[in-house]
Amino acid sequence: MAFRALLTRRTLAAASGLGPNGGVATSFRGLQTFSLPDLPYDYGALQPAISGEIMQLHHQKHHQAYVTNYNKALEQLHDAMSKGDAPAVVKLQSAIKFNGGGHVNHSIFWKNLAPIQAGGGEPPKGSLGWAIDNNFGSVDALVQKMNAEGAALQGSGWVWLGVDKELKKLVVETTSNQDPLVTKGPSLVPLIGIDVWEHAYYLQYKNVRPDYLKNIWKVINWKYASEVYEKECP
Amino acid sequence: MAAAATISPPCALLSYQGLRGALVSTRTFQSAKNQRQCGRAVAAPISAKFDLKPPPYPLDALEPHMSRDTISYHWGKHHRGYVENLNMQIVGTDLDGMSLEDIIILSYNKGDILPSFNNAAQIWNHDFFWESMVPNGGGKPSGDLLELIERDFGSFEKFSAKFRSAASTQFGSGWVWLAYKANRLNVGNAINPRPSDEDKKLVVVKSPNAVNPLVWDYLPLLTIDLWEHAYDLDYQSRQADYVSMFMEKLVSWETVSARLEMAKAQVAEREREEEKRKYEEDNESSSNEAAEMYLDSGTEDSEAE
Repeated sequence: MAFRALLTRRTLAAASGLGPNGGVATSFRGLQTFSLPDLPYDYGALQPAISGEIMQLHHQKHHQAYVTNYNKALEQLHDAMSKGDAPAVVKLQSAIKFNGGGHVNHSIFWKNLAPIQAGGGEPPKGSLGWAIDNNFGSVDALVQKMNAEGAALQGSGWVWLGVDKELKKLVVETTSNQDPLVTKGPSLVPLIGIDVWEHAYYLQYKNVRPDYLKNIWKVINWKYASEVYEKECP
Repeated sequence: MAAAATISPPCALLSYQGLRGALVSTRTFQSAKNQRQCGRAVAAPISAKFDLKPPPYPLDALEPHMSRDTISYHWGKHHRGYVENLNMQIVGTDLDGMSLEDIIILSYNKGDILPSFNNAAQIWNHDFFWESMVPNGGGKPSGDLLELIERDFGSFEKFSAKFRSAASTQFGSGWVWLAYKANRLNVGNAINPRPSDEDKKLVVVKSPNAVNPLVWDYLPLLTIDLWEHAYDLDYQSRQADYVSMFMEKLVSWETVSARLEMAKAQVAEREREEEKRKYEEDNESSSNEAAEMYLDSGTEDSEAE
């Protein structure tokens, strides 16, 4: 169940060997398109924390829509840029931020989750565990904090555990809509993101977002978070 | 001026009376008078708390387009939650006893949103939303409303397309509105100094999260809730289907027309008030000039002697 590449490359020109950065005077610019990454587990594998119905809709419908619309927006942007149409370029920014952000965020999210048999819910060890104790007191305290911020978020958005790669500090942040964590600070790297858009939990938990937040920790993939952390803070 | 316990739907339209500066001076009197005229003969509650107003139809009345399940969670949990939370938030504060619209404008705070805004605005938005729908609704508007739609959008179909397009480009939770905009811009205090009838127009606007067009001094006529809880159970990710269904099967054009008439009346009233105020201001300054002239001639006389 290996990942399909997060992006595939399609060049506009039939010519081979020329990447998106061209190189020759008559270079053809390649247009990269993005595709939905596969999940490394079955839709039902995160039950009962997250229902199979939600996982399937979330992945196949919601995330896919972000990918499709992101590709569409990029194509329109490419068009507008080659025509030098500045107003059109500017107008496309919100669609790119929203759909691109949706794709980025959800790609991280699927990696943040794992079935219990594959280590989901197992608390972090090693340097990340130690850093959490240092920054927040304990994993429990961190979880309480993230759950409180996630529950209090008005509207749609995400709650994050991130690492500031400059300051080497852990942070808890929220972002609105599909804004990626980096919009809160250019040196922030996401370790764990929890989707608190209603589509992430409503079919199962209805309006009780706090129950969703309480239960999702049973399938959080701390191993992945540790890997990312160790890469930024070796 | 908290909402009375039971008010029949058209009377809820009166909630337009709000904080409109000093211009609508008859606000307080009219609101109270109309509250007593409408609804059943039930004494208004003495407390300043807000009530959870039920939709003007049974919870299953909008099936199959909007399920009973959806409405019982949407109204019974979400809308109820906003009411309960606002009541807790305002008790003992300055906001206690104010009208809902006044709380909304105050706590919007020109965009620097204060804590009670979300709850207050969402109460108003949801009251407005339930009343925007009716069993066996949809179809096309008629009369003045249709005329204005055709004038300002080209055709009903073009308006419909604009409404749907706004919905599909609302990136995040929010609402889409048909509103009546009378010489107002999206900026505080911006009033057209040379208003004409063309500056009074229908617009389609979208707003994020709890924001609504009251904060821009527009007069809302119709709304659709685009928070996912409004359609997740019935439509999952198919937001476009939800919006279509809303337009084709649920919109109460009668209510929208009634709101338009009220909006036009309010705008006319406001213009009268503004003219009256300007007239009074002009008269005041001219009578001051007369007094000064009188004084000057008096002095000259005494010098002459």
